[in-house]
Amino acid sequence: MVKVTVCIGSSCHLKGSRQVVEELQYLIKENNVGDDVNLSGAFCMGRCQENGVNVTVDGQHFSITPDEVKDFFKKEVLSKIK
Amino acid sequence: MKTKNFDTKVQDLKYRVLKEVARFAWQGTLLDHVMDIPNIIVPGKKPTMRCCIYKEKAIAAERVKLAMGGNPNNPNVIEVIDIACDDCPTGGFHVTDACRGCLAHRCEEACRLNAIYFDENRRAHIDKSKCVECGMCAKSCFYNAIISYKRPCEASCKIKAITMSEDKTAKINNEDCIACGACSYQCPFGAIMDKSYIINVIDFIKNSQNNTKYKVYAIVAPSISSQFRYAKLGQVIAGLKQLGFYSVVEVALGADMVSYLEGQELAQKGFLTSSCCPAFVSYIEKKFPNLKEHVSHNLSPMGTIAKYIKETDPTCKIVFIGPCTAKKMEIKRDEVKGLVDVAMTFEELQALIDSKDIDLTKLEEDVLDNASYYGRIFARSGGLSDAVKQAIKEQNIDFEVKPEICNGIEACRLALLKKTKNALDANFIEGMACVGGCIGGAGNITHGITNAAEVDKYGRLALEKTITNAVSVYNLNKKDE
Repeated sequence: MVKVTVCIGSSCHLKGSRQVVEELQYLIKENNVGDDVNLSGAFCMGRCQENGVNVTVDGQHFSITPDEVKDFFKKEVLSKIK
Repeated sequence: MKTKNFDTKVQDLKYRVLKEVARFAWQGTLLDHVMDIPNIIVPGKKPTMRCCIYKEKAIAAERVKLAMGGNPNNPNVIEVIDIACDDCPTGGFHVTDACRGCLAHRCEEACRLNAIYFDENRRAHIDKSKCVECGMCAKSCFYNAIISYKRPCEASCKIKAITMSEDKTAKINNEDCIACGACSYQCPFGAIMDKSYIINVIDFIKNSQNNTKYKVYAIVAPSISSQFRYAKLGQVIAGLKQLGFYSVVEVALGADMVSYLEGQELAQKGFLTSSCCPAFVSYIEKKFPNLKEHVSHNLSPMGTIAKYIKETDPTCKIVFIGPCTAKKMEIKRDEVKGLVDVAMTFEELQALIDSKDIDLTKLEEDVLDNASYYGRIFARSGGLSDAVKQAIKEQNIDFEVKPEICNGIEACRLALLKKTKNALDANFIEGMACVGGCIGGAGNITHGITNAAEVDKYGRLALEKTITNAVSVYNLNKKDE
């Protein structure tokens, strides 16, 4: 199980965390990995200065914009499954 | 001293006490200095408020006690400071010396109970054995010679929870009181106060060791948009973080979640009353127990958002900041216990900010944006009904909402009475104990006439335009389309 946490605090929300969440939900469904990914939210990760939305994968930190979600999912999430 | 735009000098007095208590609490020297605070609040030897300086200091000491949590043996969060009560005259309608002994005697005509009689100078008097306090005589007199001796506390308490004790001091009947705080805001002598738990907030922040041991979240009610108008909202958020809160979240997001679910619940059950206002819910439980089953089973927006945050961060502490004294009772309820750790008011927040000498107007603006327009307008009367209607529309539920918007506890009482008599032409009661909704709450700093407009303006600034979009971050895994 890969744990993906998206920051939904005010600052990230304004940078597009809803779009990031929706895109991730779509990709999880498309790749049929709903049982392998645990998607959750967090109110602030203490890195509001980053340019993108803060996301952690099993505790490892990333900053991504809504446009980068597809590549990020392939590289950092799908690769960790199995 | 910089003016903080309080409505009354009583609020200012209360604020000064809270500020001093907080200042020493931050320093960790509150117990050493607790006896000094009355001297700081009432300096010198000349009385400025009461008959003598000793009484002023004694009352200030009582305020310090309330600022530190008040009497632990009293379960209510609203308390009377006995020695501060001025024992206002009672006795109802009374003819004053302004009565000129006229010929018309409109007062006599106006009184249907023949309670008015006249002396040899044609001056009116009221026979108290007949008078029912309707006030028609007072309205009829062009000289305004008839006045009503009604205590402001009793007059403000529309549910009649305040009576007079044997020594004439105001007395709150806890069985009836719904903790709305109307009396504490209205008492011209500041003799009724809400208990404060700001020292718990300060302890939470200090013991978190800069949010490393656990995190302290502030959840703020949407009526904040009508407060702290001397600064920008973003600066207030920055101020909260400077105080030591890890993150600030809008309770309005909880309101979005509530309206989303309440729309479903209403359509399913066919009739519902709202559950957002704790004073309204308490009133139903105390006075209309037969209607209890119709109260929405949703937690309030405060409870809902707190529950969600605690799911994402189980060890955190959550402080609710809003306009409401009844929220201090709500957090003791079984279903909310453990979700919100402390509830405090905007008045108290002002004291906390100033206890650390934070000048909001000098801070760089931070951001606050979690909720939609609809979640944010919960702060004013009618907003909740608009949101529930919208939630039903967004979810394509086939149900027509007929709301009864109750603005203030008197309107609530009327609607609930009608409901018990099956005479209510509505399927949803929006109950708000304070007139105007939350923006009329007793814990607000100001109660200006433009506050409702400020709430709407703030609502329109929200990034999310629909409830569905705002709540899409909720239950991320369970969403399957």
